[in-house]
Amino acid sequence: MSHLLEVQDLKVKFALRFGDLTAIDGISFTLDKGERLGIVGESGAGKSVTGFAIINLLSKPGFIAEGKVLFKGQDLSTLPGREMRKIRGNRISMIFQDPMMTLNPVFTIGTQMVETLKAHRNITTQEAEKIALEKLRKVHIPSPEKRLAQYPHEFSGGMRQRIIIAISLLNDPAIIIADEPTTALDVTIQAEIMDLLQELCQEEEMGLILITHDLGVVSQVTEKIAVMYAGKIIETGDTQTVVTDPSHPYTRGLIKSLPGALKTGEKLYQIPGMMPNLTAIPPGCAFNPRCNLKDEICLKEVPLLKRTEKGIMAACHMI
Amino acid sequence: MPYDIEAMNNNTPILTIKNVVKHFDISGGLLDQLKLKNGRIVREKTTVKAVNDVSLTINKGETLSVVGESGCGKSTLARVVMGLYPPNAGEIYYKGDRIDHLTHKEMLPFRKKMQMIFQDPYASLNPRKTVKQTLEEPLRFHNPKMSRTAIHDKIISVMKQVGVDPAWSSRYPHEFSGGQRQRISIARALILDPDLIVADEPVSALDVSIQAQILNLLMDAGRERGLTYLFITHDLSVVEHISSRVAVMYLGTLCELAKTEDLFATPAHPYTRALLSAIPRVGETKPKNIKLKGEVPTPVNLPTGCVFHGRCVYANERCINEVPKRTLLDNGTLVACHAVEENRDMD
Repeated sequence: MSHLLEVQDLKVKFALRFGDLTAIDGISFTLDKGERLGIVGESGAGKSVTGFAIINLLSKPGFIAEGKVLFKGQDLSTLPGREMRKIRGNRISMIFQDPMMTLNPVFTIGTQMVETLKAHRNITTQEAEKIALEKLRKVHIPSPEKRLAQYPHEFSGGMRQRIIIAISLLNDPAIIIADEPTTALDVTIQAEIMDLLQELCQEEEMGLILITHDLGVVSQVTEKIAVMYAGKIIETGDTQTVVTDPSHPYTRGLIKSLPGALKTGEKLYQIPGMMPNLTAIPPGCAFNPRCNLKDEICLKEVPLLKRTEKGIMAACHMI
Repeated sequence: MPYDIEAMNNNTPILTIKNVVKHFDISGGLLDQLKLKNGRIVREKTTVKAVNDVSLTINKGETLSVVGESGCGKSTLARVVMGLYPPNAGEIYYKGDRIDHLTHKEMLPFRKKMQMIFQDPYASLNPRKTVKQTLEEPLRFHNPKMSRTAIHDKIISVMKQVGVDPAWSSRYPHEFSGGQRQRISIARALILDPDLIVADEPVSALDVSIQAQILNLLMDAGRERGLTYLFITHDLSVVEHISSRVAVMYLGTLCELAKTEDLFATPAHPYTRALLSAIPRVGETKPKNIKLKGEVPTPVNLPTGCVFHGRCVYANERCINEVPKRTLLDNGTLVACHAVEENRDMD
């Protein structure tokens, strides 16, 4: 059976003065109907670029150098702009981190919602408003009729993010890509938004790609996880298996360094050093300078993703 | 950082905050203040009630964390403590000396003893100063007679302690990563050998693996130097890990003050319960979060009675009309809630 979304050996590069910089180095994953995938990693790992590459929204000098993004069998990476616009915001929509930046401050919520609908469908304003109301109700905005005529500044941060979700739902997308949707929000609001996203995936059978640095969030919301490091997926598989019993030394270090598992005041585990700059990725395994298990082979050969006994995939020579 | 239980129990308060109130006037110019009411023009002031009647004591050697969501007044409280904002009412004592009404000059000796670390290491370091210049400025300012070599030695020893190679002292902030910049900010705070450090969200802008490094650094420095921390953060797992006591704030009011173990094991205030239930934890699939109703009200028009009543599922008439007083529970927890006081059924 073919997958809803299949990313095959995707490579994204940035054309810079001194040559091409590889931001994403050959990643592959799949997403099925109603499935929730979490992409985690630290800043600079390439998680957001992955999101942008899927909907072909890389801004210059970024470009897809190799690989395919198959959505229902159609390769999005080579689609001309006009065709892509029919899919983006319609079949695949994206939610960004900062709800204040994504809404236009000078138009009412209603105008922005109707505009999104009319861009993709041939309908009247009245019909569009009816759909907008229905979606606002779906994301639990109280008295949506009144809210439709209001401007973004009249909403709180959590409400704004819910409106963004409502907008992304307008055309009943098959996939939602959420890039750090709750990073700018408080924990209680974050919990509400995450509940909402989960509920929507179950009800509408939507696929969700959740891009975040928060392992706690990923572990609660998603079924499948992909951990990224320096432009590569280094571990992927069932979320619970990966977060409770990680295989790759990086994932292990990341989970161990979270405060909360240890007793108060105990020294936290720390991964030495920091993620390499993309211009200076060490040869062999990109994690080798920070790894405590490294061997000769790690300095020479790039490890490939291999299936482990736990049924997940990890890219490490030492497993 | 409860590294020294004895120091915690000897209860010498290093800082006492008494009934501090901080309001900000945001009404603007005279013309902005004029409003039409019942056919008459009246002048109306708009104030943000950021901190309302907060009292706390911080004992020597402990780490007290103040938690709460954005807009609850936790950062304002930190700045009032540091003397960056004068409070509208209330008193602040440092080791018994009142410091909230001092002139700039009188405040100087206290500034040396109280240092602050800020959230964003990109914004808090001067981009036009080298690390050395950044670190020597407070030393020269507070110790004008210190010799050049003494300053140099001090800078090197502090840089070593925070894990930044002293050979990099002539570099500028942009040459460092976020984690290293935060180390430099910590070095700047430590260089005057303070007793109290006020850290306002020091790890919120950092990645998980870097966050662990900085937290370890803060805990080590605290242990070695016997520091007292006032830690402001919204991240509850960080709070659980590093603090000896926790103060929970909501809309400018202190709702609960408890020992860390007690707060996480048996949270008393309904807001604390909701807050704790919302933390996503690794390895848990089912979110068991307690839903709050409604939205956070604005601190411009505070609700009557208990500020939390509009969102609390246990609220009744009394909560709407009467401001709850602080009640001392058996385990030493202070909580301001009518429901807890009356023993209302809260399960």
